[in-house]
Amino acid sequence: MLNRISTYFYLRPKTVLALMLLPPLLWFLVIYIGSLLTMLVNSFFYLDGFTGKVVREFTLRTYLKLLDPSNLQIFTRTTLMAVFVTLACIVIAFPLSYYMARFASARMKTILYLAVTLPLWSSYVVRVYSWKLILAQEGIVSWFAKLVHLDGLLNWYLGLPAVGGTSLALSTTGVFIVFVYIWLPYMIIPIQTALERVPKSLIEAAGDLGATPAQTFRTVLLPLAFPGVVAGSIFTFSLTLGDFIVPQLFGDSRFYIGKAVLTYLGTSGNIPLAAAFTMGPIVIMIVYLLIARKLGAFDAL
Amino acid sequence: MSDSAIQFRNVSRHFGDVKAVNDVSLEIKNGEFFSMLGPSGSGKTTCLRMIAGFDRPTSGQIFLYGQDVSHLPPYERSVNTVFQDYALFPHMTIEENVGYGLMIKGISKADRAKQVDEMLELVQLPRFGGRKPSQLSGGQRQRVALARALVNHPKVLLLDEPLGALDLKLRQQMQVELKSIQQRVGITFIFVTHDQEEALTMSDRIAVFSQGKIEQVGTPSEVYEHPSSTFVAGFVGTSNLVSGEVAKRITGADARFSIRPEKIHLGAADQKTEADMFFVDGKVRDVVYLGLYTRYLVELDGGGDLVVVEQNLRTTSMDVMKVKNQKVRLLWKKEHVSYVGG
Repeated sequence: MLNRISTYFYLRPKTVLALMLLPPLLWFLVIYIGSLLTMLVNSFFYLDGFTGKVVREFTLRTYLKLLDPSNLQIFTRTTLMAVFVTLACIVIAFPLSYYMARFASARMKTILYLAVTLPLWSSYVVRVYSWKLILAQEGIVSWFAKLVHLDGLLNWYLGLPAVGGTSLALSTTGVFIVFVYIWLPYMIIPIQTALERVPKSLIEAAGDLGATPAQTFRTVLLPLAFPGVVAGSIFTFSLTLGDFIVPQLFGDSRFYIGKAVLTYLGTSGNIPLAAAFTMGPIVIMIVYLLIARKLGAFDAL
Repeated sequence: MSDSAIQFRNVSRHFGDVKAVNDVSLEIKNGEFFSMLGPSGSGKTTCLRMIAGFDRPTSGQIFLYGQDVSHLPPYERSVNTVFQDYALFPHMTIEENVGYGLMIKGISKADRAKQVDEMLELVQLPRFGGRKPSQLSGGQRQRVALARALVNHPKVLLLDEPLGALDLKLRQQMQVELKSIQQRVGITFIFVTHDQEEALTMSDRIAVFSQGKIEQVGTPSEVYEHPSSTFVAGFVGTSNLVSGEVAKRITGADARFSIRPEKIHLGAADQKTEADMFFVDGKVRDVVYLGLYTRYLVELDGGGDLVVVEQNLRTTSMDVMKVKNQKVRLLWKKEHVSYVGG
């Protein structure tokens, strides 16, 4: 019996393929695309300010609201944060990835892999909270600064506009630090993978042809690692754009996209505005990917 | 310009406890096609890498045209390398690959294009400039790697088993081509290979490496006809090694010697011998017909055996088989014997 079933499927590879693809396709089309479409549709409705009910009529007035200066500021602020977080992740991840790809022994590489991905095993919220302890007014950083008599410097920094605040935890810098911390693994792994695929002989060949290490880095290593950098930055950039927990727990009262969506959704029940807000990161990501493509990041794919 | 291109003075390179290169002294002359021949792990590639600057000697000195370069980085040496895996930059076109060294030197785009074109012409790949390395075959990549190195007019060109990845036909063709390019450009070529035939075909001189040391340096004919050690006799071509009692019986001296199978003449049992010849009697135990030639295994009277190779100039496979189990006399000229010691 089992044999006959096997034979039946063996002779009909297309049926097997269809059976195999059915669940993921259903999932993808119904749940994935479906939710996105629902959101898109909702963003064209509007909230009646008087009754507090969603009016299901096609309108662009919700989108017009996005163009309010205060909302535009939220987009700018979040995008800038995502850009800086991404840049910081690249700067921190590259040397480590380079070491892992080129110099680390097999054993060391495993240890580093574990160390990099270990934080991903534990709850995201717990990890973010632990940073609260580190960055709070009476937290580890300020304690240490006092210990080495650098508290003056810390206070001066916190007094600066834009990046400062009453404590590190309640400053934009705090938001930045925690973002860099939680998204860093997503940058290290793709860059490491890209660098791993660059044969050592290419680096030697560049040196052999007269390139100094700096020139080799610029003309050979960086272009070849670039797809990895872009892959990593897609993670860090989009994750920062959409995150609502970190801005909730850190920083001052200023809004980021994720936090704004949460507020409109939860507090004010303004689903259309929340949906329209969510279209923001999607548009920003599309622009980002187009730029990345222009720079040749996907040529190797 | 001094006559010596490269000079090794007591160079050693240790990796932990492993002496990859062990007290090597060597001189390579200007304009020579010099091969470093040896099995893998014999230290030949490490020597090449030390000339290129990818590796530095643990002790000793390396001179490039009289200048001590032992501790200079690769980008400060006027040598270029053709890598075993070609090491073409995958993100650049062929033109950009070949022009890379010139670009680094800051040569203008127009000058670069001209020199690159000339070089691609030399390696018979004109009009390939716009392609990417991935669009080329192994042999073509090989030529691009050669062009990329030669365009910089290095004083010495290093080739690290560059033909290893090519199939036999292509390899033989490239051997001839490499040699002719070397003669045209007149640059010193240092060629690393484990293929003794390749080394014999192309080189002006060969250094045979074994276990981090040089066993012998000489012209192909010197190395082939007068191997200085058991190792060289066995590694370059095939040899009969004769020692102990058997050697004493043949030559009268208790000294180990080597004799090439093709130098031995397979004669009739009663063949007359000359004064300048060694001879030994035996019985043919095995005959292997190989088309171009036949290999005989001859069991010597009183112990030992010798391999003899004879070309099938007039004989057919039927003829050679008749010799099996026949009594024969083996003869060879005394000058063909190399006393290899040990």
